[in-house]
Amino acid sequence: MTSFILRRLAVAIPTILALIVISFILMYSAPGTPFTTERALPPEVMANLEAKYGLDQPFLVQLWRYVSGVVFAFDFGPSFLYKDRSVADIIRQGFPVTLTYGFWSFVVAAVVGITLGVLAAIYHNSWLDYLAVGVTVGAQVLPNFVMAPILVLVFTLWLGWLPGGGWQGGAWPYLVMPVIALSTSYMASIARLTRSSMLETLNANFIRTARAKGLPMRRVVIRHALKPALLPVISYLGPTFVGMITGSVVIDIYFSTGGIGMFLVNAAFNRDYSIIMGITILTGVLTILFNLAVDVIYAWIDPKIRL
Amino acid sequence: MALILNRTAAQGLASAPIKGRSLWADARRRFLRNRAAVASLVVLIAVGLFALLGHLAAAWSNEEIDWSMLGNVAELGAPSLYNGHYFGVDELGRDLFARTVQGTQVSLMVGIVGALVAVVVGTLYGATAGYLGGRVDSVMMRIVDVLIAVPYMFVLIVLLVMFGRSFLMLFIGIGLISWLDMARIVRGQTLSIKNKEFVEAAIATGVRTHTIILRHIVPNLLGVVIVYATLLVPNMIIFESFVSFLGLGVQEPATSWGALINDGAGQMQYGTLWQLGFPLFFFVITLFSFFFVGDGLRDALDPKDR
Repeated sequence: MTSFILRRLAVAIPTILALIVISFILMYSAPGTPFTTERALPPEVMANLEAKYGLDQPFLVQLWRYVSGVVFAFDFGPSFLYKDRSVADIIRQGFPVTLTYGFWSFVVAAVVGITLGVLAAIYHNSWLDYLAVGVTVGAQVLPNFVMAPILVLVFTLWLGWLPGGGWQGGAWPYLVMPVIALSTSYMASIARLTRSSMLETLNANFIRTARAKGLPMRRVVIRHALKPALLPVISYLGPTFVGMITGSVVIDIYFSTGGIGMFLVNAAFNRDYSIIMGITILTGVLTILFNLAVDVIYAWIDPKIRL
Repeated sequence: MALILNRTAAQGLASAPIKGRSLWADARRRFLRNRAAVASLVVLIAVGLFALLGHLAAAWSNEEIDWSMLGNVAELGAPSLYNGHYFGVDELGRDLFARTVQGTQVSLMVGIVGALVAVVVGTLYGATAGYLGGRVDSVMMRIVDVLIAVPYMFVLIVLLVMFGRSFLMLFIGIGLISWLDMARIVRGQTLSIKNKEFVEAAIATGVRTHTIILRHIVPNLLGVVIVYATLLVPNMIIFESFVSFLGLGVQEPATSWGALINDGAGQMQYGTLWQLGFPLFFFVITLFSFFFVGDGLRDALDPKDR
């Protein structure tokens, strides 16, 4: 087990470094500097600014400064858009918000999806199964940027039950719609996966044996069927997590929640490369680490995986 | 007499050419029996025709502004057959029918280009890695592992911001991502095919490696590839719509479903719900249909994988 984790880390660390270097090269080769404005600055001012941010150094020096800053000090450089703040400050402000609704969406997607899938498989071809299949097919064509306006239309404009946006430190009325919008399509995929793998498992010989011994259905499902049936679902949790983070872009724009997605889009429109890069790198690293964790859990549960 | 009749009948049967049932004919039969899949195929063809021929029916172009509507869209801009705005107008008085036709073209094109790149690059890459095996395989698949870990949505945003928004950049971004999963799936299938007897026979008779991959491995992968490509199209459409929703996709006056949905969502508190409704309708029925056709194809081409 330890050597498996070490081997996966041996792949993950170069991947993370490559991600940082590629990001830097993209940022370096981008046309125009962050100080390109409508009115050209006098060359002396330009030189001063470039010296202040270290942009006059040779490529390799800049690369080393950036990479070592990110790796050793969590320093992604200063933001060019928000003059007195560093990218790390902005991440510290936005990321907890994203993590809060991302976490709840993840929980809702996993719990509701798995429950729905298991019930649909147990009551195969009953009204419950058809309902679950209908709901999941419907939810799959409603990605977050479609769900968000529909939710606002129904709950804010028509019913007036929930506020249309804002955060207020994460009070629950402000949390409901972001979580629903973000989790729906992933919940659907998880339910579909669970249903089909549960159906397959319930037809397996060892389940027939358990039934023949006279075990009650509840016990058969929970003790015997659930573990093998959930394996494919676990490998889907990685993409789900990535979806929660990238989905935050839509959620932040639509519900003004103030997570990193909002900063990313603002930065994208204002060519504030250091913020874009910082958020891209952070997300990439989290993705890689999360996938690593999923792989480890998978290997831990499934004895067939060779470590 | 009866005997003679019988004999002629028997001869008649024998002389009728015996029609063999190929694998593909079998698959077609299974697909046509799946009513949801066939209905979805009809819907997809209808949406395709709408994209190709819709501009012929439009009374306005997608950039023309109907000045008589401007400023009064909520009262006058509703869908109507009399003034030629079948789907109504948007907040700038532009004809929504023409814009939906144009958005449908862009979105379908993005989906199809993504699927094509996945089919060509992903299949060849995966088949090569799987067939050659060994060190080549592990290097090639490690590269895929690294690329899959990159948060693409953000990289595409970076590309679009740095090098300007254009169709080319959008297609490059989508092409970069779409083939990765396909390569993995194809490699897995190749591993199970490459030890079959017909491959061994081809090696024994001295067929060259790239001919084996192209003529013996790839045709046997087609079932999986087609199914996965069909399921990939809606994902690419969602992906593009997401980027357009952020306002980073295609540039005005060109539009796409994502951009139209975004516009409609921004206007809905003024009561112009048709602006959200029509693009959303096309978006949803198309995605639905692609998923059903994909499921139907999977059942038809791979009956054991239910």
